[in-house]
Amino acid sequence: MEPVTPILEFNKTCVSYTKQTMAVKYVSAAIDRNSITAIMGPSGCGKSTLLRAVNLMHSLYPNIRVDGEILLNGENILSMEPIDVRRRVGMVFQRPAPFPTMSIYDNVLSGYALNGIRLSKTEKDETVERCLKSVALWDEVKDVLNKKGTFLSGGQQQRLCIARALAMKPDILLMDEPTSALDPIATAHIEELMQELQKEVTILIVTHNMGQAMRISSKSMFMYLGELVEYGDTAMMFSNPSDERTRAYLTGKMG
Amino acid sequence: MDKLKIRNRLAKDKALLWAVCLLAALTAVPLFAILGEVFLRGYDQLSWSFFTEPTPTAYKAMKAIEAGEPIPGGIANGIVGTMLMLGMAAVVAIPVGILCGAFLAENSKSRFAQTVSYLTDLLQGTPSVIIGIVVYIWVVVPMKGYSAIAGSVALFIMMLPLIIRSTEETLKILPASLKEAGLALGGNRARVMLKVQLPAAFGGIFTGVLLAISRVIGETAPLMFTALGCSFIRFAVDKPISAVPLLIWEFFNDPNLQELIWGASLFLLLFVLTLNLLSKYLAKKWNQ
Amino acid sequence: MSDKLYKILLFAAALIMPIVCGGVLYALVTDAYDAFEHFGFFKFLTSSEWSYTEGAEQYGALPFITGTLMTTMLALLFCIPFSLPVALFVGEYFKGTRVASVLSTVTDLLAGIPSIIYGLWGFYTLRPLIMALDISPQGSGILTASLVLAIMIVPYAASLSAEFIKMVPNDLKEGAYSLGATRAEVIRRVVFPVAGSGIFSSYVLAIGRALGETMTVTMLIGNTNNIPDSITSTGNSMASIIANQFGEADDLRLSSLIAIGLILFLITAFINMIGKIMIKRARIA
Repeated sequence: MEPVTPILEFNKTCVSYTKQTMAVKYVSAAIDRNSITAIMGPSGCGKSTLLRAVNLMHSLYPNIRVDGEILLNGENILSMEPIDVRRRVGMVFQRPAPFPTMSIYDNVLSGYALNGIRLSKTEKDETVERCLKSVALWDEVKDVLNKKGTFLSGGQQQRLCIARALAMKPDILLMDEPTSALDPIATAHIEELMQELQKEVTILIVTHNMGQAMRISSKSMFMYLGELVEYGDTAMMFSNPSDERTRAYLTGKMG
Repeated sequence: MDKLKIRNRLAKDKALLWAVCLLAALTAVPLFAILGEVFLRGYDQLSWSFFTEPTPTAYKAMKAIEAGEPIPGGIANGIVGTMLMLGMAAVVAIPVGILCGAFLAENSKSRFAQTVSYLTDLLQGTPSVIIGIVVYIWVVVPMKGYSAIAGSVALFIMMLPLIIRSTEETLKILPASLKEAGLALGGNRARVMLKVQLPAAFGGIFTGVLLAISRVIGETAPLMFTALGCSFIRFAVDKPISAVPLLIWEFFNDPNLQELIWGASLFLLLFVLTLNLLSKYLAKKWNQ
Repeated sequence: MSDKLYKILLFAAALIMPIVCGGVLYALVTDAYDAFEHFGFFKFLTSSEWSYTEGAEQYGALPFITGTLMTTMLALLFCIPFSLPVALFVGEYFKGTRVASVLSTVTDLLAGIPSIIYGLWGFYTLRPLIMALDISPQGSGILTASLVLAIMIVPYAASLSAEFIKMVPNDLKEGAYSLGATRAEVIRRVVFPVAGSGIFSSYVLAIGRALGETMTVTMLIGNTNNIPDSITSTGNSMASIIANQFGEADDLRLSSLIAIGLILFLITAFINMIGKIMIKRARIA
């Protein structure tokens, strides 16, 4: 196997909500470019916390501390300007939340509007079409682009949120249990979509659904009580986990 | 270029934060300016006799000013009038308001209840000067004279919507299980309301009553057309009577009595703000 | 007590609202009737004469309607730059913190100060300041009244707006942050649009309050019965003309004052109804 340069690298990353307790403890791992990496673990293990650290979401809340390093293309994002980092790191949340006051069209372009970047009409049209096509939503909504995004079904809303993140041409896309609020058909749709998307963007996904991790990811992390217990090839991990705790989790003996 | 743009946006972000903090802080200034002015100009007037003696006549006050003495007398007539009218208003407004609030809480779906609820909002939003006019027409004209009764009717009408709303809201947020448990134990609805729901809602209703009192105690305009004012201490309910805000208005308009404004205002202000803080404190305490 | 009796008792208590409100409207309409009959409803609204020379009595509401609209609109204008920051401070920037609760206590207390004391403060502090700044020679007038009125309505507008700002879902805000927005941009593009109808309705209700404020305006507006020609000139509002002249008026003048009261009642009822409906809609959305 030829070595791939890591797009994202955790280096002894720690996140703490209070002085006493650490939610993420000394995580070190490198993420491969143009791949899907899954983060698994029982609830409360720190997987979402780790993911949110990559988008510097924690800096919104004054009490949360992030230590160590998180390198994006070799640069430590913890010492960079959050708004700059967040533009290069897309994020999709658990519950689909398109902006209710914006049309579908404006939702896709919301990143530009929010960042105060002006686009020409043709640039706008192109971006909307490209992004909605890449989330396979174009055919469904191309005639109702001026309707509010909240009229769509849950699965469509989530794809709209992915399109919204893709419009900013991020280096990496973070997904925080993106299908947990969706029905199985919509979930399958999004999983299929992710397989397509990894050609253009690196995906880091938190999931509590082991089947999902197995189906879509090439590599997996298993976290437990804030520690990164095991990180490696997904197929390998599922067939032959090297840590007892991973085995317990995968066989359903743990939350 | 990109770096410059980001710096620009961050500067704007910071500017907004500072503007918000500055303007929000400025909003607090009038409170302290008013408190400070009323306190500094009024505190040396507060004495025992200020609370026990009625207002002096303009002539007496003028004499005292000429002689370079402090104006004799106080605001006892106003305090008595305020208490009397407030007491009469509250005695009726509290039970009626609670019953009406209970009605709204129990029948929130019916068309009649929705109308009542809307009318409560309407009455709450009605300018107090209009309540004054109406009570003048209702009470002063048929009784052929201004009276404490008329004043208390005006205060009653202003207190009513506040008590209704606080009762309704407090009863509505009580867990339904409370009522169900009471009914399951065989109590009829009146009993459950009286023995279970109202005691549980006591805190909210009590704070509502305090707030209602603090709202109407400073009302001036409606009392001008109903209670009118009176320069001596009086307990008759069918005669004109004074009230603290009426006295302030009187002092404001009478150059001889102007010195008394600040003592009276300080008393009223402290009373109202204490009631306000107390109700806020109690609401917080009972919510836990 | 039987269930039946209990129900009747509650119903009887609830009847007080229709009775009181009906009584208010009935009293105003019957006693305003004289004025409307004498001058004609439309003429009364549009006439700017207010003279009580015996034999040539002429009453019209226009100066006071104008005075009310001017003070209210100016007060709203002065209120926004303070109430909106307070709402953002309490509902967004420092949501749930101790400083926010201190600030909301301060604004609650501002709301609790009786209007006659606002009037005194305006008269003895603000009016001399306005004279010293040479804004108007007599110090009192539309502007002075509006400034104090603005302080009085800030608490209402701010606390209600803050409530709506607080309700903006965190999901939406985080979504916007994740796209690289600054807080200012999130406020402008997400918080304001989402909370917009609620914020707007809180200003409608603040207008409802300002329209009927009596004592403050009476003490500061200057009490002249003409249509104010600028914001620094004196005038009278609907509420202040009533407060000033009701005690000494009789017959046609009394009826005219009650007619002004009726108009004021209808305007505030209308504004408040619109505000309440908008708030209900905004809460559901």
